Amino acid sequence: MRDPRADRPAETGARASVEAIFREEHGRLLAALVRRFGDLDLAEEVASEAVEAALVRWPVDGVPPNPGGWLMTTARRRAVDRLRRDKAYAARLAILQVEADRAEPVPPAEAGDGLPDERLRLFFTCSHPALSAEDRGALMLRCLGGLTTPEVARAFLVPPATVAKRIVRAKKKISQARIPFRVPGPDELPERLPGVLQVVYSIFTEGYAASAGPDLQRLDLAEEAIRLARILRRLLPAEREVAGLLALMLLIHARRAARTGTGGELVLLDEQDRGRWDRAMIEEGLALVPAALTGGPPGPYGVQAAIAALHDEAADVATTDWPQIVALYDVLLALTPSPIVEVNRAAAVALRDGPAAGLALLDALAAEPRLRAYTPYATARADLLERLGRRAEAAAAYRQALALAGTEPERAHLRRRLAALESPGEA
Amino acid sequence: MKYMLLIHTAATQSDAPTSDGCEVEDWMAYDKAVQEAGIFVAGHSLADLTTATTVRVGPGGERTVTDGPFAETREILGGYYVIDVPDLDVALDWAARCPGAHAGGSIVVRPVAEF
Repeated sequence: MRDPRADRPAETGARASVEAIFREEHGRLLAALVRRFGDLDLAEEVASEAVEAALVRWPVDGVPPNPGGWLMTTARRRAVDRLRRDKAYAARLAILQVEADRAEPVPPAEAGDGLPDERLRLFFTCSHPALSAEDRGALMLRCLGGLTTPEVARAFLVPPATVAKRIVRAKKKISQARIPFRVPGPDELPERLPGVLQVVYSIFTEGYAASAGPDLQRLDLAEEAIRLARILRRLLPAEREVAGLLALMLLIHARRAARTGTGGELVLLDEQDRGRWDRAMIEEGLALVPAALTGGPPGPYGVQAAIAALHDEAADVATTDWPQIVALYDVLLALTPSPIVEVNRAAAVALRDGPAAGLALLDALAAEPRLRAYTPYATARADLLERLGRRAEAAAAYRQALALAGTEPERAHLRRRLAALESPGEA
Repeated sequence: MKYMLLIHTAATQSDAPTSDGCEVEDWMAYDKAVQEAGIFVAGHSLADLTTATTVRVGPGGERTVTDGPFAETREILGGYYVIDVPDLDVALDWAARCPGAHAGGSIVVRPVAEF
């Protein structure tokens, strides 16, 4: 994969600021080029060339007043040059374009200024259900997040070659099976939008609760997901679930500083220092919740955002509105039945009605195969058993959770709980 | 762009012709829709799998002819269409409309290679 930004370190402050601009403009530039030329490879190639040109010119000439327009004009010229040199390629693209026009005519080229935002198309292409699920996140971060292949690899903790392979595979399928660059019509949108939101949310959850590795949180991934959701929110202001997803992520991410202790160990909600929560981010999230919940039946992200909002608004666990949270979990279960939601609901019931009631619900889920390797299930059981004074069973459940936990901070948290349980005098 | 829709029907014990839950009228209506949309390139329904014969030619040119194959998987290829449409989304829409996609069957959509 050709990516000039990956080859050289940032040399100067000017270069860094140019790179910051590029990162902001990259998705927009790429989407406009794809729209214009109908080919993701060509678009990426000339976008990279335009950035290279900017990295040479801007530190000397200064950043132009309209950086996005400058990049677009430069990239478009490069693309035209490229097509002039390679007649066979041009002919192939021309055929593609004619066929694409059958479906939807391309608007005439615009001046660099007032570049139409075509990123929504790219969102739908990157999350197309015909692409493999693991390729979608990588492709979205690469195309819309403006991350380089090595950056995507670092974020997912996989070798760069693996990411490169995923991106090549996805782009090959887009081009050869001709996955279109289009926004689904209003009749298709309810079917397709959840897929887009799912990709963004899976990037967030990977950043929020890394499934493996030394760190509990990979904040860059979570922040990248929030950035993508902000773009979607601007592009689809009327979609309640977009507002819901952005609200949910903000309301969870606001707690990031309180989520890890001094030793890097996981700190659960009930023990978090709520003074360290990010108030501004909570306010931003709260402001989105009404938009997520009004104007129609609520969606799963809106309901989860409402639950997160109740936690974020409460001064502590004791004054949290547990009856309301249980009621929202009931709504969520009706929308998306899942044993994982059942576990969360049981934990909320335990705080509303007492640990015995919560434990009874958890034990009723014991036969559920999807919970067998689900650490929070074992942790929640251990916690409730401990509260009920059933110490031996609690210790066994903590050991089970410890065997399942994927990250070191989770294990550190569980070891601490287990040690406290086994020697209460020192706790 | 041409796509082949490979129509896989659920293999059943009974071999009843309408066991896929689709009536002949459904297929006729679908075929008519494909023709009228101007996207039809080719298409056939295949005779029962028990009538299939397999041919292999070895490195020395020797020919092996065997009866079958017989359904080893849950789904068997029952027919195909080749359609000419602008992109994969349109092809997927036509696949979803195909009676073979319903009642336990599935359609595999494959772009026809261009050289």
